[in-house]
Amino acid sequence: MNAPVTRRSAALGIAVAATSLAAPSILRAQSAGHLVVVGGGFGGAACARALKRADAKLQVTLIEPNKTYISCPLSNEVVAGLREIEEQQFGYDKLAAEGIRIVAQAVTTIDTQMRRVTTGDGTTFDYDRLVLSPGIDFHLEALPGYDDVASETMPHAWKAGAQTLLLRRQLEGMADGGTVAIAIPANPSRCPPAPYERAGLIAHYLKTKKPRSKVLILDAKDTFSQQRLFEKAWKELYGDMIERIALSQGGRVTSVDPATKTIVTEFGNYTPDVANVIPPQRAGRIAEVAGVADATGWCPIDPVTFESKLVRNIHVIGDACLGGGIPKSAAAASAQGKVCAGAIIALLAGHTPETPRLTGVCYNTVAPGYGFSLIGNYQPRGDIFAEVEGGATSPVDAPRELRAREAAEAERWFQIITADTFG
Amino acid sequence: MAALINVPSKAKRGEIIEIRTLTSHIMETGFRHTADGKLVPRNIITSFTCRYNGTEIFRADLFPAIAANPYLSFFAVAKESGKFEFEWIGDNGYSSTASASITVE
Repeated sequence: MNAPVTRRSAALGIAVAATSLAAPSILRAQSAGHLVVVGGGFGGAACARALKRADAKLQVTLIEPNKTYISCPLSNEVVAGLREIEEQQFGYDKLAAEGIRIVAQAVTTIDTQMRRVTTGDGTTFDYDRLVLSPGIDFHLEALPGYDDVASETMPHAWKAGAQTLLLRRQLEGMADGGTVAIAIPANPSRCPPAPYERAGLIAHYLKTKKPRSKVLILDAKDTFSQQRLFEKAWKELYGDMIERIALSQGGRVTSVDPATKTIVTEFGNYTPDVANVIPPQRAGRIAEVAGVADATGWCPIDPVTFESKLVRNIHVIGDACLGGGIPKSAAAASAQGKVCAGAIIALLAGHTPETPRLTGVCYNTVAPGYGFSLIGNYQPRGDIFAEVEGGATSPVDAPRELRAREAAEAERWFQIITADTFG
Repeated sequence: MAALINVPSKAKRGEIIEIRTLTSHIMETGFRHTADGKLVPRNIITSFTCRYNGTEIFRADLFPAIAANPYLSFFAVAKESGKFEFEWIGDNGYSSTASASITVE
């Protein structure tokens, strides 16, 4: 692995990437033209597809250990019993049919000098450019007491799959009158509004099945995305069922004790019947393997190309990158994957990539037939993305018909983005 | 919301304990203007004190740059059972107190 590159040398590397560094890439591109994408989520799959569609002669390899992808978007509805996990599952057959080589292995090492990726079975893959879309991992040092074992009693359900179903079973097993606690970390984290969406959907389940129960939010934040929309909806639909203890009310969780199912905050202890603990996060493991994560645990990038500021010829997209104003969401990852593919095609051809404009959209469902949305546009400003004009959030005072329409749109958005990525 | 205090209820003699306090306060800097150009008067907490069985063990002066809802955490040596008393003093005659007991074994 490379020794960490200083900010200055990394910046110089980026500056010359469009000229001298691009030359060897073209030579290799003519002989091999091999692009490797690691991580088959919304970012990686969209990027692999966009690369292959842009130039069928490119050799594109997608390395992803799981044969089935389980989507986080809409998984809060699975938690609340409104949707089945099978509807969240997608495969890579269509990508393979388009000529993308799918490798169902985990990456073990990345040699950034030789530009070579090795997978668990010992196979090696040489690349001209490598795209990492590793998603998130949990920053367990930041939450004493929490680990894989603890997640079996205090599920995070922040990576969709078995955890999603575990949290659902715990809700189903809880007696009426119980308390469901949701521990929410500070930003940056995956899909910042999603914990609040989850609170609403769990309240919907409880109101329907166990009306004397409560949802308790223990929050490391004082304010959050679409807060007025959420709080109005909670009041309207669930009365006082959802209680939130914000950061300045002592809501930040500092440790957990899985043996007693205790959540410890800066100012108190809570022993809820169901403890949904969403730990602090950082870039997925592969980022560390590649040496592209910095001291924050996330990956600094050039926002025009998504190329790492720490290691040349590696691009980082999706939740793992330090995107600034751009939220860590499936829609953003998909948009980043496509922009990154375009930049790589330009770099391989020796052109200067265009300055991108990304659009992220986020739907939140608070109950069946009650949704709202946020659309944001983002452009590079300095080292990060900043929000630019043209964004919109659903009005706080809107008739229920609009909420119903937006809930239906959320479902349509999911059909479109999953078809676009996997279908 | 009253002040939030976190003092361990029990400690061993000589043990170093962490004390956390958080109080709700706007901490208005005195540098901001309203939409019609009027200065918003300063309204901050200026002083915080902690006494352990009557003896002052910690004091902090607070200034306009400190954010709303000041959170202070500090350490003390648990010497004897008794009471921690906390006091916040601020602009416009603001005063607020809280206390917490500890058993030292």
